[in-house]
Amino acid sequence: MLKGSLGLIALSSLLLSGTAFAQEKIKVGVTATLEGTYTVLGEDGIRGFQTALNVLGKKVGDKELEFVIASTDATPDSAVRAVRKLIEQDKVQILLSPLSGDEGIAVKNFAKTHPELTFINAASGAQETTYVDPAPNFFRYNMDGAQWQVGLGKYAYDEKKYRKIATVGEDYSFIYTQVFGLVLEFCGAGGQVTNRQWVPLGTKDFASVIAALPDDVDAIYLGLGGADAVNFLNQYQQAGGKAHLMGGSIMIDQTILSSKGNAKNALIGTLAASGQADTWEDPGWQKFVKDYQDAFPPNKRFPSPSLLATNYYGSTMALILALRQVNGDLSDNQSKYKAALAKIELDAPNGKIKLDANRQAIGTNFVTEVVDDGKGALFSKVVKVIPNVNQTLGYDPAVFAKIGLPSRTVPECKKY
Amino acid sequence: MTRFVERHPAWALIVIIAIAVALWLIFAVWPPGLEDAIGRKRVFLNAVFNGITLGGLYFLVASGFTLIFGLMRNVNLAHGSLYLFGGYVGYAISASTGSWILAFIVAFILTALVGVLLQVLVFRRMEGQDLRQTMVTIGLSIVFADLMLWACGGDFYQIQTPNWLIGPIELPLITAVKSSGEPVYLRYPLVRLVIFLASVIIGVAMWLALNRTRIGMIIRAGVDDRDILAATGVRIQIVFVLVFALGAGLAGIAGVVGGTFQSLSPGEDIRFLLASLVVVIVGGMGSIPGAALGALIIGLAEQLGSVYIPTYAIVVTFLIMVLVLALRPQGLLARR
Repeated sequence: MLKGSLGLIALSSLLLSGTAFAQEKIKVGVTATLEGTYTVLGEDGIRGFQTALNVLGKKVGDKELEFVIASTDATPDSAVRAVRKLIEQDKVQILLSPLSGDEGIAVKNFAKTHPELTFINAASGAQETTYVDPAPNFFRYNMDGAQWQVGLGKYAYDEKKYRKIATVGEDYSFIYTQVFGLVLEFCGAGGQVTNRQWVPLGTKDFASVIAALPDDVDAIYLGLGGADAVNFLNQYQQAGGKAHLMGGSIMIDQTILSSKGNAKNALIGTLAASGQADTWEDPGWQKFVKDYQDAFPPNKRFPSPSLLATNYYGSTMALILALRQVNGDLSDNQSKYKAALAKIELDAPNGKIKLDANRQAIGTNFVTEVVDDGKGALFSKVVKVIPNVNQTLGYDPAVFAKIGLPSRTVPECKKY
Repeated sequence: MTRFVERHPAWALIVIIAIAVALWLIFAVWPPGLEDAIGRKRVFLNAVFNGITLGGLYFLVASGFTLIFGLMRNVNLAHGSLYLFGGYVGYAISASTGSWILAFIVAFILTALVGVLLQVLVFRRMEGQDLRQTMVTIGLSIVFADLMLWACGGDFYQIQTPNWLIGPIELPLITAVKSSGEPVYLRYPLVRLVIFLASVIIGVAMWLALNRTRIGMIIRAGVDDRDILAATGVRIQIVFVLVFALGAGLAGIAGVVGGTFQSLSPGEDIRFLLASLVVVIVGGMGSIPGAALGALIIGLAEQLGSVYIPTYAIVVTFLIMVLVLALRPQGLLARR
């Protein structure tokens, strides 16, 4: 809190020292959660971003890209502060921001006050960001939390025969969106979600939450991330918890699966869904994993990129490739660049991505199960791949609109 | 105690009734109507135990804070950094040697040393200048936070719980009765009980040291009037250094405890600084029993809040602080 109130620290600027010729530069601002509960997620996001720069390079025609990185702490006001600082002090022209759900909604609203600039979402996944009153200059190349849960509810019901589940999640928009996707599908298949517990982001002591978990359910769904997820698992183990677990997209992710200590072992066998799977055979994915691994020494990275690294990679890829299509032309309030961004189809590591009319990604989703690789490292193994997942999750848009926006109690557990 | 009853008979009655109700809630088998109204007894008992054990951790952090304030009138806002530093040291020791106990000892010694350095290099140079000390410690806490981020990264560290402490034990408290008439006992994580016990022992030892030993007498005299104490020939600077070392060392121990049943990461320093500030404001600045009472109240409020009013759980602790500041601004157990 103290740190946040003292303002934002531009952690580093990836400046290349001036070459002999003065080149024209394009300034890009990047934000990531490098403080607070989601620090690890932000750090890996930046790794994904750097991997993309290694692969694609920083040149657009005869112009050079220059990046300024700012830190946030997953709260909406910290994100807006960081973005404002990047625009007003560093004079960036393009933004790659933000990482977390609530931040995304705030930055999208802020984007409307700067219609001349371009905002490319880095990794945030709240549904509202692009679904409700979208900003014309805000582009999102990752799916939202609900899209990332597609396939999970049906797989749990049909294959695992789970009939009753309860959920525990962090109390903010991204997790609402994740639970929204899960509940819609699981209840649609005939299952029951008996109890939804919400804990504040940054909860340390989960013991009472764990004690309040119901006994009479087949599985417990965890929608936690970062430090919260690690704390939960640690205390769950100390309390002797034995239930079947299911996980959200940032719960079953290298940020948690490669945390220190043995609490993560409670996750072996856990069913989850996400925009990526660590062990996917696809050559594009395998190449990305290798690029990521080659870019950093093993103790400075995860064994395999996290969802955040993948999202930052995809967003950076869109940023650079579209910029190359227009040859770095940002004239006329960047209108050519925005048109190129809206049209571009990405061959991202986690499958093909294209944007819908709201500039929201349509992409591929993965149902996964956590496996031990035999040497103590945990990975998510793909059990099902679902291509072409759109924001209305395959529902008719009119029906989808009736369900309501994700919140603590929406959607109801029924078939829509 | 008797004086309190004589002076405030109505309040005493309320307190006694509240204690009686709490004891009944803990020990009795709940009738079905009550379970329908406020949920299962297991949840309630767990929340109470968690509140008490979390209070134990808060007490460890806050007691050092309040001790330093009581004697030296230093508001050491780098106290949270000492907590986090102790935790990281504890992690390094337990990861390299595998010994949990050794982690405590080394963390205590190293943070105590940092405390000594702080006292000698910083506080002694600006004695009696409250505002300057506060500003300098805020600055130091930011510097320490960034140094630790640089050294340890943003990762979460967890100190490995020793094998003999993993898992729950059954307590002789009945949470429910099965339909067959067989009682169900409360299962509770052993490690939290052990940690709570340790903080009680430390608290009692501190109380004894303050009230039954010569050095404790000197410290208490220093709290009351340090100029007169210095005039009687006590080398007050040495006492200051000792108390600062002890207070810092306790924060270091708390770091190891926190790293064992929660986790260590950047930002924890500020969280625990805030927690200990709230605890000592509620309990009374400078009072060890006050820190214990404050820690207990805040721990219970956090845990019961997170179960029964999850949406507003964060607000509850601050509400308590506001209430205390409004009704008894010197804190619940402060003498002045």
